[in-house]
Amino acid sequence: MKKIGVLALQGAIREHIYQIEAVGCEAIAIKKPSDLEGIDGLILPGGESTTIRKLLDRFHLLEPIQNLAKQGLPMFGTCAGLILLAREIVGYEDPHLGVMNVVVERNSFGRQVDSFECDITLPKLQKVVPAVFIRAPHIISVDEHVEILAKYEERIVLARDRNFLGCSFHPELTKDVTIMQYFVELIRNH
Amino acid sequence: MKQLGTERVKRGMAEMQKGGVIMDVVNAEQAKIAEAAGAVAVMALERVPSDIRKAGGVARMADPRIVEEVMNAVSIPVMAKARIGHIVEARVLEAMGVDYIDESEVLTPADEEFHLLKSDYTVPFVCGCRDLGEAARRIGEGASMLRTKGEPGTGNIVEAVRHIRKVNAQVRRVVGMSTDELMTEAKVLGAPYELLGEIKRLGRLPVVNFAAGGVATPADAALMMELGADGVFVGSGIFKSENPEKFARAIVEATTHYKDYKLIAEISKELGTPMKGIEIATLPAEERMQERGW
Repeated sequence: MKKIGVLALQGAIREHIYQIEAVGCEAIAIKKPSDLEGIDGLILPGGESTTIRKLLDRFHLLEPIQNLAKQGLPMFGTCAGLILLAREIVGYEDPHLGVMNVVVERNSFGRQVDSFECDITLPKLQKVVPAVFIRAPHIISVDEHVEILAKYEERIVLARDRNFLGCSFHPELTKDVTIMQYFVELIRNH
Repeated sequence: MKQLGTERVKRGMAEMQKGGVIMDVVNAEQAKIAEAAGAVAVMALERVPSDIRKAGGVARMADPRIVEEVMNAVSIPVMAKARIGHIVEARVLEAMGVDYIDESEVLTPADEEFHLLKSDYTVPFVCGCRDLGEAARRIGEGASMLRTKGEPGTGNIVEAVRHIRKVNAQVRRVVGMSTDELMTEAKVLGAPYELLGEIKRLGRLPVVNFAAGGVATPADAALMMELGADGVFVGSGIFKSENPEKFARAIVEATTHYKDYKLIAEISKELGTPMKGIEIATLPAEERMQERGW
């Protein structure tokens, strides 16, 4: 059984754990560096990216996660998690983990009153999934080799770069596990 | 089709705040300190609860200028308070683009009979509760997030502890009941029947429930997490302490690692004086904010 860690510093951790278990994998909450041992993949959940970043620094998790990223550990970031993964964030000098070759913009759909849900088409997976966007970021641009998996209103909202999967919205707030299954496939094939 | 302000979008926003600390601030400078300390959101106010107590008189929605200033100062979500039942204060805050409204007993109620019909709004609401009946009525009106009422502005955790224990004990009781007992329980609690069915099915409340009203130290925050709170609001506790920056950071860390007692000992060292507290028994009944709301 694949072991998937969920960074458990702040945010919607429980929802990812349900989805991991729903696709038949074991979920591990990651609060300190030693929790990272033996995981096959890591999820960076939604929450507040500024808060999660500060806690990554204070509890000495930033570097160990960056090292695992470079060694090829599959990682899946939703919303704040995508911001943590991105190599560049519009308006900020430095990225957080900075490992995924995409440029993101924070809160790019507006404030909470502009948050929405809709259906998103995933052409490659030939599926339509429900998507919840909450003060969501989007991917402004990607490097050449990055695979764009979904767009909404011409904006990139789901992409894969090598071992990294980044998502603007929250599949974990719905019962649909399509994207989680895709991540598990990525873990198996990587 | 794109749908704004659905139940899932509003409740989901609160889900993203879990495990975090929401801090009361009265200006842009405090908001920046809160953000730098790792707050997941700030509550923009004209006065923190302990100053509202001191000032007396009618407490209303903050000057929109203060709310705007805070919104411009930080990238994290900004919440603001409207008086209980004050439809226009709530609509004004919504029109300004505030991310969450607290229909709050800290302010003087505008309506002593009816709360806002919160399901009518695009913006999500948080409301206070002391027991499951109150919690369920607020959810029934459309609240997307709950918090304990505690006793705001006192720096005394005892009421918040009472409220979270009460709500959680009542949730456990409902979860353990058989379905044919739920209607009578709904009658006893004054709670919508369908909601009790949902709580039984889920095994928990359908929205997140934060601690509020009396959190003054990192250990207080950790205690509320231990008792099952999803996160913590800190009102007067931070900017009424001797060293707000240090205090704010320590409360954030204690909330994340609420079971790591060595860490809590470490971060609680030489924090300076917390806010001066008030013994609840010395508060005259009419000054207890928790009695507001129905």
